Amino acid sequence: MIVADKKPIEEIVEEVKDCDNILILGCNECVTVCEAGGKKEVGILASALRMYFLNQGKDMKIDERTLERQCDQEYLDEIRDIADQYDAIVSLACGVGVQFTAEQYHSIPIYPGVNTCFLGATEERGLWTERCQACGQCVLARTGGICPVSRCAKRLLNGPCGGSSNGMCEISKELACGWQLIVNRLEALDKMDDYEKIFPIKDWSTDRAGGPRKVVREDVQI
Amino acid sequence: MNVKTPSKLEKILKAGHLAVTSECGPPRGSDPEAIKKKAELIKDHVDGINITDNQTSVTRMCSLASCIHLRLMGLEPILQMVTRDRNRIALQSDILGAASFDIHNMLCLSGDHQSFGDCKQGQNVHDIDSMQLIQTVRYMRDEGKFLGGDDIKRPPNMFVGAAANPFADPFEIRVPRLAKKIAAGVEFIQTQCIYNLDKFEEWMRLARERGLTEKVFILAGMTPMKSAGMAKYMKNRVPGMDVPDELVKRLAGVPKEKQAQEGIDICVEAIQRLKEMEGVKGFHIMAIEWEEKVPEIVERTGLYPRPKI
Repeated sequence: MIVADKKPIEEIVEEVKDCDNILILGCNECVTVCEAGGKKEVGILASALRMYFLNQGKDMKIDERTLERQCDQEYLDEIRDIADQYDAIVSLACGVGVQFTAEQYHSIPIYPGVNTCFLGATEERGLWTERCQACGQCVLARTGGICPVSRCAKRLLNGPCGGSSNGMCEISKELACGWQLIVNRLEALDKMDDYEKIFPIKDWSTDRAGGPRKVVREDVQI
Repeated sequence: MNVKTPSKLEKILKAGHLAVTSECGPPRGSDPEAIKKKAELIKDHVDGINITDNQTSVTRMCSLASCIHLRLMGLEPILQMVTRDRNRIALQSDILGAASFDIHNMLCLSGDHQSFGDCKQGQNVHDIDSMQLIQTVRYMRDEGKFLGGDDIKRPPNMFVGAAANPFADPFEIRVPRLAKKIAAGVEFIQTQCIYNLDKFEEWMRLARERGLTEKVFILAGMTPMKSAGMAKYMKNRVPGMDVPDELVKRLAGVPKEKQAQEGIDICVEAIQRLKEMEGVKGFHIMAIEWEEKVPEIVERTGLYPRPKI
């Protein structure tokens, strides 16, 4: 899933302080799972903002709404009738949802309420970690199912570097060395011979380097 | 003697001599005298001088310009190049720039992560890795082509090196990793600083067993300790460094003003032992900001005078 984290409330206050009427718009997908932008977080942020502006002597109307998805026009249409009444919308969706909402509602400022962090998973309650950088050319078949692009701080395809120590990365004693994990997996799979195959220079044109990307699937187009 | 490049280092190694290289870190400024002075201190005692490439990710004068200063002094620079800061366009371009000044040695590295340096908020590039940089420079040299497939007019003529750290983890891949670098085309290796001689010996034994020491020239990396404090710092803070407790104790056991000399003695003793080790083809003496001690170390270990080639 896309993992996001809450923005500091001061940052959100700074964006909306001149408004009289705002909508906090949550998303029921990834940001709900990572507890940054679902219905619960919409309620918490709305209450915090109400309290803040009340203390400032400002009467601000703050509404709450959470859509099934913000990356889908069908669900974004659900606020079509009410959107115009707001001075601004604070979207707690990921960067995709914020932009998709902005594209649908041209004349209303849309502010992000979260920082979109990475593609990751929940390791335990309150701990999310990165697993994928969407490079567009998956290498997992060759690396024991552990991704060197997202899990090595230098995205080395032929790692580990000389900084791997006791299973940990040179940049932090709390960060596992991705290549130690790969070697552990290759050993468990009895595929250590694969380690010595040189990984060729990667084509990064399917990554960010190639410019904004798209996937076109004619077989599913209507 | 099958010499492939005009590199003096290659000729010395292939003539069967124990080679001696050292390194100089460029200044944090634009004064060319800083790098020239360091080179002057060691030039008669070494066969080649590495110039580090923004080591520990701290911004410095560039390795290439520093190498050019050395080349213009008639010396033999070894251009260190990390893949952290340049993409494949810049790397190939810098290789050609170096070749245009007849710089004939290159060391291919990934580089320390930028979080160690003075630009912690910067991007890193890592378009290719050190293994692929070895392949790139060999391809440019041997095929006379750019990665994109076009012909190079006057291809670079580099003797190609890389680093190896026998002390990093996981240990079981450290020899396979060396084999991989050899398969990629590396011709000489400069190792991480060796303090744990037993572990290094084990790594060398495994490398010999696979016949790797016949395929690549291994230069043992040596860094004399200036003090017990430095030894403790290296042990605890520098990634991938293996400093045995006995060494720290030995340094701490002598008065502070004599610790530097003790550090030199330890380095000299280590070189004496490693000179006898099968597969060790030379020494890379990294006297960090202590270049003036290189001549003493080279002389006391019987590695002076350097062969004239």
